[in-house]
Amino acid sequence: MSLEALLLTLRLAVLVSLILMAIGLPLGYWLASSRWRWKFMVEAIVALPIVLPPTVLGYYVLVAIGPLSPVGRWYHKLTGSSLAFTFRGLVVGSVLYSLPFAVQPIAAAFSSVDRNLLNASATLGASPWRTFWQIVFPLGLPGVLTGFVLSLAHTLGEFGVVLMIGGNIPGATQTISIWIYDQVQALNYGAANRMAALLLVVCSVILTVLYGLRRTRKWGVWGWQ
Amino acid sequence: MRKVLGNPTGNDGRLTVEAQFSVSNGFTILFGPSGAGKTTILDCVAGLRKPDSGHIAVDGTVLFDSEQRVSIPTRHRNVGYLFQTLALFPHMTVRQNIEYGLAQRDESERQARSSEIAESFGIAALLDRRPGRISGGERQRVALARALVTRPKALLLDEPMSALDRSTKSKILDDLRKWNESRAVPILYVTHEREEMYALGDRVLVLEAGKIVADATPHLVLSRPQRESVAQLAGFENIFDCSLVAAHPDQGTMTCRIGQSEVTLEVPLTRVATEKPIWVGVRAGDILLASSPPHDLSARNVIAGTIRSLRRQDVTIIAEVDCGASFTVHLTPSARQSLNLETGKPVWLVIKTYSCHILQ
Repeated sequence: MSLEALLLTLRLAVLVSLILMAIGLPLGYWLASSRWRWKFMVEAIVALPIVLPPTVLGYYVLVAIGPLSPVGRWYHKLTGSSLAFTFRGLVVGSVLYSLPFAVQPIAAAFSSVDRNLLNASATLGASPWRTFWQIVFPLGLPGVLTGFVLSLAHTLGEFGVVLMIGGNIPGATQTISIWIYDQVQALNYGAANRMAALLLVVCSVILTVLYGLRRTRKWGVWGWQ
Repeated sequence: MRKVLGNPTGNDGRLTVEAQFSVSNGFTILFGPSGAGKTTILDCVAGLRKPDSGHIAVDGTVLFDSEQRVSIPTRHRNVGYLFQTLALFPHMTVRQNIEYGLAQRDESERQARSSEIAESFGIAALLDRRPGRISGGERQRVALARALVTRPKALLLDEPMSALDRSTKSKILDDLRKWNESRAVPILYVTHEREEMYALGDRVLVLEAGKIVADATPHLVLSRPQRESVAQLAGFENIFDCSLVAAHPDQGTMTCRIGQSEVTLEVPLTRVATEKPIWVGVRAGDILLASSPPHDLSARNVIAGTIRSLRRQDVTIIAEVDCGASFTVHLTPSARQSLNLETGKPVWLVIKTYSCHILQ
C-alpha cells in the first residue's frame, strides 16, 4: 500500500470534482435552457471523453500544455513553470476527462425542472440569478450530487490520461491506478491486489450509496411531498 | 394593447396572433377554443414571449413597443400571472411560496402581508405545509395569493379554475372579486367555461385563430354567436331573449315569453331581476320532435311549429323549426326517416323544463 499515492489520488479527485461543479453548474444550466441551434455541437464535445481513448485525450492535452504550445508558453510566462508532468497538469487533464460525468446529470436534472416554475419566478420579480439558486438548483440538487459523486469516482480510477500527462512521479503525479500498474510490472501481486481491492470497495460503496439515495422519493426531482 | 406575432405551432404551420384591445379595471374574459392564442396573449403581456411587433402598456407604463425598441423584462413588469398549472414551488412551504415575490421587502412587512392575504384567502392554517400536501382548491388559493400579494398592476389568469369542482370554484371566484373591489386593476381571465364567464365577465373578447372575432358582454356574445365555434363552446344552440310572464314558486318554475313572439317556455324558477331580460339556453339535442300532437307527457313545453330547413352534418340532422321563434333541433338520420320529416311539415317540439337553462 502506498499512502502517498492514495492521498494524492483523493486530493486530485476532490479538487477535480469541485472544479467540475464550478464548470458544470453554469454549463449544465446553459445546456438545459438554451435554444441555440448549434447547442448539439457543444453537447457532442462535452460527451467526447466518454468514447475517446484516455490516451488520445491525454496525448492532446499533453501537446496543448507542453512548452511548445501557446497555452504552455503562456502558462510558463505566468508562473515560471510547466504544466506537463505536474499535479496541476493532472488536474487540467482530469477535469476534461470527467467533464461529461459531471455535466450530463446536472443538465438532465435542470432540464427536468418545470419551465412554468421559472416563468412564475420571473413574474414574481426574481432575477435569473435568484431563480437559479432558489428554484433550479434546489430542485436539480439530486442531479448535481450525482454529477459530483460520479466525477469523484471516475477521477479516482483514471489511468490513461494521468499516464500521458503526469507520467509516474511519486508524490506529484503517481495515482493509485498507476501505482498498481507499477506493482504488477514488478510482479508484486500482493501489494497490487490490496490496493486494487481497496479501490474496488471504495467505488462500489460510492455508487451503491448514490443509487440507493436516488431510489428514495426524497431525492426525486418531484418527490417534495 | 396591440401586438402581432408569428408563433409556430407544431406541424400546423404558423399561427398569427393579432389582437388590439384595451381593457379597463375589472374582469375581461378571453374566450375561445384551445389553440386560438389566448395564452399567447397573456404571455406577451407578462413578457414571457416577445411579440414580433406592437405595443403593450399597463397603467400608462409601456411594457413593450417594437418601434421604440422597448421591452421591459418580465421581472420588472409587476404583472401578476396565475398559470394553468399553478406553478407552485414544490420544495417551498406555502408561506415561502407566498413570500417569494416580496424578497425586496423587509422581514416584518413580508410577514404582515403574507399573513394578511393568507387570512383573506382562508389558507392561514396551511402556511407551513408544502404544496404537495394540500388539496387542489387550496393550491389554487395559494397560487392566487402568491400572485396577488405583490400588488400587481394587472392580473393574468390562465384557466385557473379548470381543475376544480363547482362549489370550490365559486367560492374562490367570490374571494377574487372581493379582492378586486379594493384593488381595482385590469384582469385578463382566460377560460372556456361558460359558468365562469357569466360569474365574472363584464366583457368578453372572443378569440379564434389568433383574431378577436367578438367583443361584447357575455350574453351578447353567446346569444348572437357570429361563429359556430362560439355557440358550440357555449353549449347552447338555442339562446332566447325572454321576458318574465309569471313565476310559480309553488311549482318551482316560471313562465317566460320569447322575445316579441307568442311562444312561452316554462323554465326552472330562478331569482332574476324582473325588469331585465332573461336569457334562456336550450341545447339542440335536448329538444324532442313529434310529427303529431303528443299527449300525456311530463314535459311542460309542447310547441307547435313548421320545419323551415333540414341539413345534414356528419351523422347529425340539423332542423330549423319556426314556432314564432326559430329553434334549432338536432336529430339522428333514422329519426328523420321514421318521422318522414320534410321542409314545410308541421311538427311539435317537446322541451323539458329542466332542459331550459337560465343564463342570467
